[in-house]
Amino acid sequence: MSWLSLIFGEKKSTASVAKERLQLIIAHERTCASGPEFLPDLQKDLVAVISKYFPVNPDDIKVGLEKQGNYEVLEVNIVLPEGR
Amino acid sequence: MTTIITVTSGKGGVGKTTTSASIASGLALRGFKTAVIDFDVGLRNLDLIMGCERRVVYDFVNVIQGDANLHQALIKDKHCDNLFVLPASQTRDKDALTEEGVEKVLKELEHQGFDYIICDSPAGIEHGAVMALTFADEAIVVTNPEVSSVRDSDRILGIIQSKSRRAIEGREPVKEHLLVTRYSPKRAHEGEMLTYTDIQELLRIPLLGVIPESEAVLQASNQGIPAIHQKATPVADAYQDAIGRFLGETHPLRFVEYEKPGLIKRLFGGK
Repeated sequence: MSWLSLIFGEKKSTASVAKERLQLIIAHERTCASGPEFLPDLQKDLVAVISKYFPVNPDDIKVGLEKQGNYEVLEVNIVLPEGR
Repeated sequence: MTTIITVTSGKGGVGKTTTSASIASGLALRGFKTAVIDFDVGLRNLDLIMGCERRVVYDFVNVIQGDANLHQALIKDKHCDNLFVLPASQTRDKDALTEEGVEKVLKELEHQGFDYIICDSPAGIEHGAVMALTFADEAIVVTNPEVSSVRDSDRILGIIQSKSRRAIEGREPVKEHLLVTRYSPKRAHEGEMLTYTDIQELLRIPLLGVIPESEAVLQASNQGIPAIHQKATPVADAYQDAIGRFLGETHPLRFVEYEKPGLIKRLFGGK
């Protein structure tokens, strides 16, 4: 095996392939899991704070978490009532 | 003080019940008054592994629903004086396991002076599994050196960190322990299997122990005797070490390094 692998190049062990795959998927799933759990609470809190200053409809405040490349983007969209 | 230990994994068939039976027996052998509860409603098996299947009269759900009291449902273990088994029911109604009901039973065990309560979780992340971890003080996450098991363990860790009472009430978090089971030092050495250090790196929780793959586990379950009683087998010794570490002792890891068989062994065979 040794001289053959020297000539043809060492093949990666399946265990290291497994580890690399797990590293990627676990990291991905951890970020997903931490997102949606707190978003509804954040939305509620924002509604509470903003309605102190503006009469807003709770549905007009939208909160979302998006992944763009290596960055996570927290998007907050607030529609203020017309005619003020 | 009662400590509630949940044995969980996400994935099925990795050794949760084997581990629950052995950890509970090991703690009892060290003199702690211990109860082990099967949370797998509808698919009970802890009774078989503990060898008390013919003595089941009442079960966990009977106690929750008030059809029997705890004293009637607890089965005294054959091998250890201070070990008791609370079997799961075979009804298909999983919702019978209410949060209030589970809490009531755990409180009552606490009043009866139990030192440890082991909650043997069902596989999956559904109601039964969540109930098994809700009241945990400590969690033993049983993981095989295999991709689906590692991923599911990570998922269940996330659930412990969000749905346990300790997490919800903002108390000190559940203490997590990694127990690698069905480990083959030879295959890990040859790069065919994730090593225990790989798994620990991936899951990032402290290692409680490594239980080697062994024929002794099947031999034990065949007879309804927890594997920890299989004297002088690596599995029993590895479980004993894990219990020692759980109790704060230091034990070097055993049965994790591959030893090349010597010439004589190779010539004459042997296990």
